[in-house]
Amino acid sequence: MAFINFSSGEIQCKIIYYGPGLGGKTTNLRYIYDTTNDNIRGQLVSIDTKGDRTLFFDFLSLDLGKIRDYTIRVQLYTVPGQVHYDATRKLVLRGADGIVFVADSMRVQREKNIESLENMAINLKEKGLDITKIPVVIQYNKRDLEGSNIPVLTIDEMERDLNAHLKAPFFTASALKGDGVFGTLREISKLTVRDVSRKVLAKGQP
Amino acid sequence: MNIILSDQDIVRIEKYLDTMLSSSGAHCALLIDRSGQLISSSGDPSTLDVIALSALTAANFGATSEIARLLGEDEFALLFHKGKNENVHFSKIGTEFIMVTLFDDRTTLGLVRLRTEKVVHDLRTIFTEIIERNKGE
Repeated sequence: MAFINFSSGEIQCKIIYYGPGLGGKTTNLRYIYDTTNDNIRGQLVSIDTKGDRTLFFDFLSLDLGKIRDYTIRVQLYTVPGQVHYDATRKLVLRGADGIVFVADSMRVQREKNIESLENMAINLKEKGLDITKIPVVIQYNKRDLEGSNIPVLTIDEMERDLNAHLKAPFFTASALKGDGVFGTLREISKLTVRDVSRKVLAKGQP
Repeated sequence: MNIILSDQDIVRIEKYLDTMLSSSGAHCALLIDRSGQLISSSGDPSTLDVIALSALTAANFGATSEIARLLGEDEFALLFHKGKNENVHFSKIGTEFIMVTLFDDRTTLGLVRLRTEKVVHDLRTIFTEIIERNKGE
């Protein structure tokens, strides 16, 4: 649920990084946190287990500057990827305005990617959101493994598995090195703000 | 659902929060929605990251709602955390909003609870109006 404050001229949107466990959702947020200036971002809040796996969510707030006199603030959340944390994933999805699906390019994770995307569609539906209507960007992460001895899925395979019906914009990335992280963020922010503006600002100020 | 607040809405909400703060002796109040967005704040949050606090509060409420459900309750209406110097009191406003009140040992939990109960009632009325208006548009 986007929040628009006409008084302070601010639009707040909630963007969720979704995907299978150990796919790099938290790494995306950490890279954004590490490479942005602290006057445009808040604290990186993480609720982790002792083993550094996300238990509940990570959270980072970012100011993206102004569009048509409105300050745009995006709130980035990650969900825990592990299958048994479905209840917390649903909690975090509440009021989502845009989704980044972080898929793992390692061949052994192929099934996990598909399962996670199906799980996302079900959970969104439960929250009254439609995966085909909400802004979604897909990120094929861990592309830096190409050429290593770890078997990696090709982009064509991943597109067929995950994006055949959705036809969402996609980015190849290495969240660890930062490649594609800001490309993904820029695209989902653009789509989300456009979607929110279309839904809300078109109606004008009450 | 998207919520649009007008200047007048914000002024009204802040007035209620200000009144509650001065009568209860608490030093900061935040109004947030259940998805973790900060709507309005009043008082002095000093160096606190209120945006992060809003996100964590919404998550905290979500998690305790599940505890409530396990106990056969619908949801808990208020939560309270006591610290060495700072205390925090959370009250639910309708189904979509939460008020966070920060206070220290210059006031008491009893007084804060008494004053927040009144303002929760008033804010609930305002938000019912806002939601109805947003539905109509």
